[in-house]
Amino acid sequence: MIELRDVHKSFGENHVLRGVNLKVRKGESVVVIGGSGSGKSVLLKHIIGLLKPDRGSVIVGSTDLSQLDEEGLNEIRKRFGMLFQSSALFDSMTVWENVGFGLKRHTRLSDSEIKKIAIQKLGMVGLVGVEDLMPSELSGGMRKRVGLARAIAMEPEILLYDEPTTGLDPIMADAVNDLIIKMRETLHVTSVTITHDMKSAYKIADTIAMLYNGVIVASGPPGEIRNTPDPVVRQFIEGRAEGPIVLEGIIR
Amino acid sequence: MIIRFIEFIGAVMEKPAEGLGRFILLFCAVLKGMARPPFEARNIIRQMLEIGVNSLPVVLITAVFTGMVLALQGYTGFKRFGAEGLVGSVVALSMTRELGPVLSALIVTGRAGAAMAAELGTMRVTEQIDALETLATNPVKYLIVPRFLSGMVMLPALTVVTDIIGILGGYFVTVTLLGTSSKSYLRATWNFLQVQDIYVGLTKACFFGAAFTLISCYKGFYTRGGAEGVGRATTGAVVFSSMTILISDYFLSAWLF
Ligand SMILES: Nc1ncnc2c1ncn2[C@@H]1O[C@H](COP(=O)(O)OP(=O)(O)O)[C@@H](O)[C@H]1O
Ligand SMILES: [Mg+2]
Repeated sequence: MIELRDVHKSFGENHVLRGVNLKVRKGESVVVIGGSGSGKSVLLKHIIGLLKPDRGSVIVGSTDLSQLDEEGLNEIRKRFGMLFQSSALFDSMTVWENVGFGLKRHTRLSDSEIKKIAIQKLGMVGLVGVEDLMPSELSGGMRKRVGLARAIAMEPEILLYDEPTTGLDPIMADAVNDLIIKMRETLHVTSVTITHDMKSAYKIADTIAMLYNGVIVASGPPGEIRNTPDPVVRQFIEGRAEGPIVLEGIIR
Repeated sequence: MIIRFIEFIGAVMEKPAEGLGRFILLFCAVLKGMARPPFEARNIIRQMLEIGVNSLPVVLITAVFTGMVLALQGYTGFKRFGAEGLVGSVVALSMTRELGPVLSALIVTGRAGAAMAAELGTMRVTEQIDALETLATNPVKYLIVPRFLSGMVMLPALTVVTDIIGILGGYFVTVTLLGTSSKSYLRATWNFLQVQDIYVGLTKACFFGAAFTLISCYKGFYTRGGAEGVGRATTGAVVFSSMTILISDYFLSAWLF
């Protein structure tokens, strides 16, 4: 369904991705883990064509994204939903206008029909009666859920989640995990989730892949990853400061 | 030695050249976005109100006082060689050719240009622009084209208002305060004013409107680095737009007569 082949990406001197290879099968839930600043968001943005690889290719279905013009890319994007790390709600619009944005632009539905669908999608993520509020009136957890409602509004085949549980309290984080699982069960979506929350990773993943030094250093089912002998992965999943992973600015 | 020098020039010019390249690419994307539907009518109307209507009070106050001070200074100066009768002409010509477009452009830059850079900059750093793209919406077309068009239309409109209000301000000082006859002020205004003067002023205004919106949107659109970056983008937008307006004003005046 999705395949990254030897993807490289630099920003100036900063060589962030150094040959990423990743395969996501249809209906699979892949979780990418890795430290802050390791390039997880950059990786995710390549999958939906927000960033273009310097080298290598990104393939969705049977299409190489680099072969597409703007219109082709927009057609592919309608098959995606993306939840951003900061939710990225449009703060000049009400909650329902946010959720219905894609419908407003890409369908001929009337405003009242769009609002009805938006309310229904908000219900799916457990939000009731917030449709007329502005995003600035919501808490962080509510914003995440509105972002999720917006991502699923066009009934996408593929969902991309960028740190869906970061910044939430443990209970809200678990509620979001349950939502992700529910999306998969009810909508049968393929998903790629970025996180550094191991609890969440074990819960939602079919496959866990670890990004380190610009490449995927390990990948496998949660059970396998949990018991891996690889010291880099062990250090990360156990959350220890000492180990082979060098933290910038920390001298030991 | 020479190679070193060329390398040095290259290193110094790299950033500005890169910026200029990106600016030109953005301009091309805007032109391309204007040519093809969908035309974002709702956004265009919103921006027109934002630029035109919301700037109106400040523009009006500036215009009336500028007209008044022009008349006052003109009167004092011209009285020395008995040419008080020309005050109306001076006010009319200065307002239509020069001060109308430039003052309204500078004021609108300070208000609407700064707001554009801040809004787009915030949208960039909070990933709202990325979100637009993931929702299969071209952000240049959705955000920048409406601002660009509104700038090109509303600045000439504001200039017409500024011209008229400025001339009325001059009238008030010359006729009401200084006691010149109303007929001679109006005659001096009409006799020397040509269609050409108004055309020059409006052409300038249209150019300024295009320039400040494009520069402000460019600064906002390419913001990097959080809240601080938004602040930098906003300041940069106002400074660059104002300089562009003042510098291009000279060349436009020279070319358009
Ligand atoms: N658009 C960009 N321009 C320049 N550098 C970027 C850009 N996006 C990300 N980076 C850099 O790439 C690195 C990885 O960022 P990111 O993918 O956001 O990390 P994370 O794994 O925490 O999500 C960081 O050093 C960041 O500064
Ligand atoms: Mg990130």
